[in-house]
Amino acid sequence: MGLFTGLKDSISRATDRLFSEQEPKRIGIYGPPNAGKTTLANRIARDWTGDAIGTESHIPHETRRARRKEDVEIERNGKSVTIDIVDTPGVTTKVDYEEFTDEMEKDDAIRRSREATEGVAEAMHWLREDVDGVIYVLDSAEDPITQVNTMLIGIIESRDLPVLIFANKIDLPESSVKRIEDAFPQHKTVPLSAKEGENMDEVYENIAEYFG
Amino acid sequence: MPEATKADDDRHDGVQIDLISGERMEGLASMEKIRMILDGVHDGNIVILEEGLTPDEESRLIEVTMAEISPDEFNGIEIETYPKSGTRDSSLLGRIMGNDESPKKLTVIGPANQIETLHKDETLISALVSRS
Repeated sequence: MGLFTGLKDSISRATDRLFSEQEPKRIGIYGPPNAGKTTLANRIARDWTGDAIGTESHIPHETRRARRKEDVEIERNGKSVTIDIVDTPGVTTKVDYEEFTDEMEKDDAIRRSREATEGVAEAMHWLREDVDGVIYVLDSAEDPITQVNTMLIGIIESRDLPVLIFANKIDLPESSVKRIEDAFPQHKTVPLSAKEGENMDEVYENIAEYFG
Repeated sequence: MPEATKADDDRHDGVQIDLISGERMEGLASMEKIRMILDGVHDGNIVILEEGLTPDEESRLIEVTMAEISPDEFNGIEIETYPKSGTRDSSLLGRIMGNDESPKKLTVIGPANQIETLHKDETLISALVSRS
């Protein structure tokens, strides 16, 4: 390689790096099914862009495909960050279509479970390849120490991805944020109710500070 | 599992448990480990790993499991591992050397429709296994 070519490549690499630093960070919203990931993603997207991302539902695996909202600029206390929010299906190690047959016909339940499995597989693949940071959403009314949560947090840690834990559903009487803080003391836990919009200021402060 | 055959299944009508040593897993690539686990689980076996999987392998295990779920045939896995005790205290050197993903943890994996965790803490996993 000649001197000129080498210099050109070096400048090109530096320029690429400069531009890549300006690109939005892809923040994956992960967590177990029904923790309120889509409700939170919609709340953030509506607050900063005016549009929602997807449909919210009490039925597990309503989000069967990851959905992305691009260029969401969040500003708080003089700090700002532009992120692409990636709302992912709830991660699980099992999907049984019979869980949905009370709510829908068998064919629809089978289709839903197939889509859910593909969505979870994609979400796991992207966690290894395609996200710059993670918002991990937990239902604060549920026991956080489950195998899936422990595994997912371990996978995220092993990739050295920045992660914020959001203890959602604090509007429920049985909510316990401390239970989540005690389960994952190595990470910052932010309490909120995505449904009621409680404590969203602190949510945005932490997103701007942590991922900015 | 070449050594642990299912030849006696019909005669005993029981649940086969594959206890896989760390030594046996040591020489296998990640996908070979996952294939070995899922082949056992597809056969209705309970697979117990002496040394568990790395986080990356756990992630791939979930991904491959999802690809193999099929209505009325296979609805996934139940997996239990002792939780890590306390916070991460690995040294910087350990992380630089890639020693941070210690798989030294016993892991139990079985078909989701056959295994149910009754109790788990840092030193005990208690599971109920039923025939499918």
